[in-house]
Amino acid sequence: MALDENGKRIFKVVGTRPPRPDGIDKVTGRAMYGADATAPGMLQGHILRSPHAHARIKSIDTSEAEALSGVKAVVTAKDFGLPDDESVLDVQDNCMARDKALYDGHPVAAVAASSAAIAKKALKLIKVDYEILPHVTDVDEAMKPDAPIVQTGRAMEDLPDGLSENVTYHFEFGHGDMDAGFAKADKIIERSFKTAATHQGYIEPHACLASMNSDGKGELWCCTQGQFYVRELCADIMQMDASQLRVTASEIGGGFGGKTTVFIEPVALALSRKSGRPVKIVMTRDEVFRATGPTVSSSTDVKIGMTKDGRITAAHATLRYQGGAFPCGTVQFGAQSAFAAYDLEAVQTIGWSALTNRPKEAAYRAPGAPMAIYAVESVVDELCQELNLDPLDVRLKNAAQKGTKSSYGPTFDDIGLKATLDAAKAHPHYAAPLGPNQGRGLSCGFWFNFGGNTCVSMNLNFDGTVGITEGNPDIGGSRASISQMAAEELGIPYEKVRTIVADTNSIGHNDVTDGSRVTFAVGLATIKAAREAIKEMCTRVAKIWDIDADAVYWEDGYAKPSGPNAGTFDPMSLEEIAAISAQTGGPIAGHHEVNADGAGVSFGVHLVDVEVDPETGATTVLRYTVFQDAGKAIHPDYVEGQMQGGAVQGIGWALNEEYIYGEDGLLQNPSLLDYRIPVASDLPNIDTVILEIPNPGHPYGVRGVGETPIVPPLAAISNAVSRALDLRMFELPMSPPKILKALSSKV
Amino acid sequence: MVKVAIWGSLRTATDGQSEVEVEASNFKQLLDQLAIEYPALKPQIKRGVSLALDGKIYRESWFTKINKDSEVVLMPYMVGG
Repeated sequence: MALDENGKRIFKVVGTRPPRPDGIDKVTGRAMYGADATAPGMLQGHILRSPHAHARIKSIDTSEAEALSGVKAVVTAKDFGLPDDESVLDVQDNCMARDKALYDGHPVAAVAASSAAIAKKALKLIKVDYEILPHVTDVDEAMKPDAPIVQTGRAMEDLPDGLSENVTYHFEFGHGDMDAGFAKADKIIERSFKTAATHQGYIEPHACLASMNSDGKGELWCCTQGQFYVRELCADIMQMDASQLRVTASEIGGGFGGKTTVFIEPVALALSRKSGRPVKIVMTRDEVFRATGPTVSSSTDVKIGMTKDGRITAAHATLRYQGGAFPCGTVQFGAQSAFAAYDLEAVQTIGWSALTNRPKEAAYRAPGAPMAIYAVESVVDELCQELNLDPLDVRLKNAAQKGTKSSYGPTFDDIGLKATLDAAKAHPHYAAPLGPNQGRGLSCGFWFNFGGNTCVSMNLNFDGTVGITEGNPDIGGSRASISQMAAEELGIPYEKVRTIVADTNSIGHNDVTDGSRVTFAVGLATIKAAREAIKEMCTRVAKIWDIDADAVYWEDGYAKPSGPNAGTFDPMSLEEIAAISAQTGGPIAGHHEVNADGAGVSFGVHLVDVEVDPETGATTVLRYTVFQDAGKAIHPDYVEGQMQGGAVQGIGWALNEEYIYGEDGLLQNPSLLDYRIPVASDLPNIDTVILEIPNPGHPYGVRGVGETPIVPPLAAISNAVSRALDLRMFELPMSPPKILKALSSKV
Repeated sequence: MVKVAIWGSLRTATDGQSEVEVEASNFKQLLDQLAIEYPALKPQIKRGVSLALDGKIYRESWFTKINKDSEVVLMPYMVGG
């Protein structure tokens, strides 16, 4: 659905900042999150987890646990089938280990009991006989031919011979003559970088309530980014028809990609089926860290050649990602996006993915891109320093634009990178003075965005209000933005529209809330649904006026005769038409079902000032400005919130956050005390500048905005710290001990 | 005939060619034809691919029309967070 010809129209509702519909419920504690679900006769489910990084499960004796008073069910892998689909089997195996425990925290058994205390006591009575195996948690170590093998037979079909069996994926992208490109360079820099695995840091732990009836029907309430995908996975794992499992998404306390899969839901369903009672499972924070899906950790080599005047002549990157104990293709997105911001004649990226004894990776905003672009943007910054060039000018000189053959293949259409760079250059932040031990860094960021399967249903109530039913959990303000687009299209006040998120049996399939897709795709479907309802309203009015339907048009909430030849009639409002809909043919509705494409890629630029204390190694973020192309900002508060939130998560990733594994392969810091995410007192105000370069693939020009903001902070902050220290940093996070270590090596 | 750009590591399945030509007027025909003419592409097509048509990325959409002069790029199936 292309950009409207009247795409430059004056919007009346879109672009305003109405109060968020979920705001009062959330600040008063009334909103229902995953852990708030209850049911009569409900049992408490708890999970026994592997204390080893890698171990063969020789036997599990659950007899004593089952004999404990109050215990209603115990399940192990033997209570699950073997799905045909390998990716579903991986999800199931991640929820409950079969032959081997593959990482610290991997579930091996679960108990449902009448109280949490009994369930925990029962877990202690389960006897697991382990054969401890060698483990590996570092990606570079895992790729070595003699590394401990996590799983066998999981490599893609086209991998070269001679690699460790842990290496599962291999991707290459690029174009041009690399040798010729590097030969043109006046300066070539080649560096290696590492980034730690980080967690999405959502505040709400995973929680669900499952109820399987004796007739085979099931109900599942859970916090998720996609109730339909949960239904698909759980129905496959439970070997039941999708129609027999209804999944209802709760309010969600953060997801960022980490709630696009299941961890506890199949276990709760299995316990419920075995016990005949509803079963609730709520993860502890320790469990969230040890056994949900953090992002990949990475090891990357980058080589870039540049002329004296700042033109990049060739660029190469080799990326190595680990995504835990199961095959993970995230490196493909890193390899595609690494150089996306640049117009290059010669570029090549090579991506490798390896298995390790860590939890199965889950998506985290723009999966794979932040760590790739961190390495690239660090080298670009170092080249600017070496050649005494302005880093913004260099990026402008090399910026991708409409007509650029992207580093991952396609030729770009209208994109907003240059506009964001121009905005950054013109912003007072870029020219502000810096003090001692302070540095300024910048980075470009990129994400693909996509649309996906979407259903929207719109119903006109008899009083002239409008109800919208959609199927994506409201993770970033979608109920407000969807209501705004409906109000805009219908020409009625925002307050007349209410959008709800439906369960899996109340509307057709909707893809997971990911890929920054909802405002784009659900918005697009909402506009189409509204246009269908408008068409029906015009048809009804035409019958009343006894003229052709084509002689009636819609404007500002009214049906009007299209001109003098159509006759003279008083315009009829939506409210008037809805009030008599029973007499004119019945309820009026619009709906639209689509697999939306044309999401339009997104670019951003981040600018940050930091001060590093040379005595402690602590970094303070002094000033931060985000520039991003939003296409069209439907609700600017939410767009700014996405930009600020991404920056904050990136600040944590750059400065403190990391999964720390000991020599024993066990996670050393599974708590928010030891895994340090930024809090308000750590942060300055995150300033935002929204650019609006319309996306040709959406009627209002919308681009997704949710993922791009986490891409630039890693490099922007590393560049700022490196300039503050006059010492290039090559590893994240740049926590105080690492900065002190780097400073000591400088001396 | 439609020219289809193949990403680097997939070229082992197309005899090293970075661009192949197949007879197709929509995505389904294109994928079917690729699988017939280059059987080694089948595992990746089964795992999932996206297609970029004149710069716009499509994840599925079998019946999207392809013009003879369109730029078509085979890409891995996109996911997000």
